[in-house]
Amino acid sequence: MANVHTEHGNGQLPQYPEKATLEGRNKILAFWLFLGGEAVLFGTLFATFLTLRNQTNEGPTAAELFSLPLTAAATFILLVSSLTSVFAIQALHRHKVKELITWLIVTVLLGIGFLALEIYEFYEYMHLENFGMTTSAFSSAFYTLVGFHGAHVAFGVLWIGVLIGQLYKKGLTVVTAPKIYVSAMYWHFIDVVWVFIFTVVYLLGKVG
Amino acid sequence: MAHAHSVKRYKGLMDWLTTVDHKKIAILYLLSGGLFFAIGGFEAILIRLQLIKPMNDMLEAQTFNELITMHGTTMIFLGVMPIVFALMNAIIPLQIGARDVAFPFLNSLGFWTFLFGGILLNLSWVMGGAPDAGWTSYTPLSSTMYSPSHGVDFYTVGLQIAGLGTLIGGLNFLATIITMRAPGMSYMRMPMFTWASFVTSAMILFAFPAITVGLVLLTFDRVLGANFFNVDGGGNPVLWQHIFWIFGHPEVYILILPAFGIISEVIPTFARKRLFGYSSMVFATILIAFLGFMVWAHHMFTTGLGPVANALFSISTMLIAVPTGIKIFNWLFTMWGGQVKFNTANLFAVGFIPTFTMGGVTGVMLASAPADFQFHDTYFVVAHFHYVIVGGMVFGLLSGLHYWWPKMFGRVLNETLGKWTFWTFAIGFHMTFFVQHFLGLMGMQRRVFTYLPNQGFDTMNLVSTVGAFLMGVGIIFFTINIIKSFMQPKGCANDPWEDGRTLEWTIPSPPPEYNFKQIPLVRGLDAYWKEKAAGNTEMTPAEPIGPIHMPSPTIIPFVMSVGIFIAGLGLMFSGEEFSSSFMSFIFNNWIVCGLGLLITFGSMLMRSLFDDHGWHIEPEEFEEEGYKHG
Ligand code: HEM
Ligand SMILES: [Cu+2]
Repeated sequence: MANVHTEHGNGQLPQYPEKATLEGRNKILAFWLFLGGEAVLFGTLFATFLTLRNQTNEGPTAAELFSLPLTAAATFILLVSSLTSVFAIQALHRHKVKELITWLIVTVLLGIGFLALEIYEFYEYMHLENFGMTTSAFSSAFYTLVGFHGAHVAFGVLWIGVLIGQLYKKGLTVVTAPKIYVSAMYWHFIDVVWVFIFTVVYLLGKVG
Repeated sequence: MAHAHSVKRYKGLMDWLTTVDHKKIAILYLLSGGLFFAIGGFEAILIRLQLIKPMNDMLEAQTFNELITMHGTTMIFLGVMPIVFALMNAIIPLQIGARDVAFPFLNSLGFWTFLFGGILLNLSWVMGGAPDAGWTSYTPLSSTMYSPSHGVDFYTVGLQIAGLGTLIGGLNFLATIITMRAPGMSYMRMPMFTWASFVTSAMILFAFPAITVGLVLLTFDRVLGANFFNVDGGGNPVLWQHIFWIFGHPEVYILILPAFGIISEVIPTFARKRLFGYSSMVFATILIAFLGFMVWAHHMFTTGLGPVANALFSISTMLIAVPTGIKIFNWLFTMWGGQVKFNTANLFAVGFIPTFTMGGVTGVMLASAPADFQFHDTYFVVAHFHYVIVGGMVFGLLSGLHYWWPKMFGRVLNETLGKWTFWTFAIGFHMTFFVQHFLGLMGMQRRVFTYLPNQGFDTMNLVSTVGAFLMGVGIIFFTINIIKSFMQPKGCANDPWEDGRTLEWTIPSPPPEYNFKQIPLVRGLDAYWKEKAAGNTEMTPAEPIGPIHMPSPTIIPFVMSVGIFIAGLGLMFSGEEFSSSFMSFIFNNWIVCGLGLLITFGSMLMRSLFDDHGWHIEPEEFEEEGYKHG
């Protein structure tokens, strides 16, 4: 089955298994392009947020609402998860499957930790601060931008989770390697988006 | 599983539902695009019938609003775009010497999501009323306060799903053109249609995510009670206009660039000359795309952005006329001194030039902000965009369809009927829209369902309606031509025009499943013409004959799209009170929406878990004449 494609030429996995086949190279290229589209998507959401961030409609304002320690912790977790994802790709290039799997698991756990903080944050806003989707234009823009990002993280967690399972079953091959590689690209991308969210939504929100 | 022949090959309907062959997907796009085009055309006829005389009461104002909204939306997103995609699918892989697109699976997924989005949008007619806020769906008109029915929800959700399909398609073409070109086919040797499609796809990639967000925001406002565009809650309706046009203006160039590409293929072929100024053509295409992203506020001159913004957008808009003019002159110089053959394909191409130019001229007039205060929201604008879209885009598509029909279906269209198509359509077109310039200048507003007599509007409106019927007759001639072409046996020559210049004319019509038995070696621009000039009858192969790897057919894209369709309906009706409590239960608790998403993501998971290694066609199985459809 899958092992038909595992071997390449001299029976060895090539050093960059993610780029060994045309399919793999196509996948990576298309994923770069896809991220370009995603950048426009988040760009539009950011523009919307920037337009509406002071339209609080007599509801809570950003300065009243946000707690920097919490979001700083979330930022830290997500940045570390990007680092562990880099370690995973380095393990991939050294063909160390066990190490690769371990780093991916750490990445996923960190992602789950981030999501937990975010859910906790949203829960607090909604139930303790009376700050829901319908409160103000600011609240709508906040939940949509941050929620879109959160949904991306959640998808990434599920995706990488599935890939870990595939690594167990199929091993590292020229078919699984590109999948791991593009999922790492995706993970870095949503990490970068978060850095912008942290700056534009939270830091800027605190200074007013 | 990984091995060659164990792949299941489907027949009949299942073959079409599971195909990943770009040539068959092209036919699917053409069929559904044609169907939506017919629906949109029928809506147009109804609109024109209502306007045939003053104070007409054939239609109610509400129905009229639904018709104009659905006409514009259907024509742009579901009619013209898919037909462009049909030609791109059918021709690009052939022009670049490839066996398929980069992602056959995504290609199929893009088609099915587009189709289900289109079906969802059109279901509105039978499910409580079509959208009625115009194809631009400006807020607050499109808010639940002023559009309380589900019409606008069908618009937001249907377009969202269809747009997803378009985005997937664009991404796929970009990757295909970057990575799948035959040896020797450098960027500056790519045929102009491929170039135009390439740039168009890049525009799709960067423009569609904006409308994705816009539609999400509008959906959230309507379904979840968010406040993006709701002034009461601090929202900003002008934001919608910005987002819509940041997408919308690039979209109009997404429509026209492929037509530019088609014209740039047809004119050189039938002038028997190489395209004049190929590299300036490429440059102009890229420049148009680039500028196209910086002019959106010319749709908003009267919104009140202020004189500085209006002046800047006025200038950037006028700048677009420069690269467009370069193209016009290049086509004219291509024909200059050529042995021009006026068959149907070329009539549409040559007819395109003055017609489109007129649309460009009114565009530059509109770009002058002070003058636009007079023109805006009158029939002058309607005349402008129909000159560029119908006189440009649709002429281009009809030219391309006549030109590539033999390649797609192995049968040449009848020339006599083709000429009838051209003349009725072209005369009908100018009758319909030329007078609308003057109606607009005289002050007739667009989007009004009727008008008072004796304002000088009556005769011109009558002429316009008669013209619309004549265009309809043109389309009927075309339909008859298509039906007749299918009554003759398949099997026209590889190069039925005898003057083919590009790679698609080197292989059978229609091409076999694998397109090229051997990938050709490209030795210059107009690769086939170059070989002909060197006295060769065929391309030099770039590889030995060997087994050809093919992707397996799959039903997953279809199932994924069904899932999105169900999720969309679930979302739209999540707040609905049904007469049956069971229905209310499953919709109000998001069960239907969740189920749809489960189907989609579940099938995505299947796709990821079970590797598809495809299959091989062995050299003994190559068919010399091409393969049979269906
Ligand atoms: C030289 C090129 C062009 C210029 C300078 C130009 C300029 C303009 C301007 C200023 C408007 C706004 C008028 C108003 O609403 O008051 C407009 C409307 C429009 N243009 Fe163009 N245009 C050009 C080419 C095109 C092309 C190539 C297409 C499509 C293929 C197109 C499609 C449209 C459409 C659909 C609208 C109306 C949108 C609406 O309000 O519903 N234009 N154009
Ligand atoms: Cu425009």
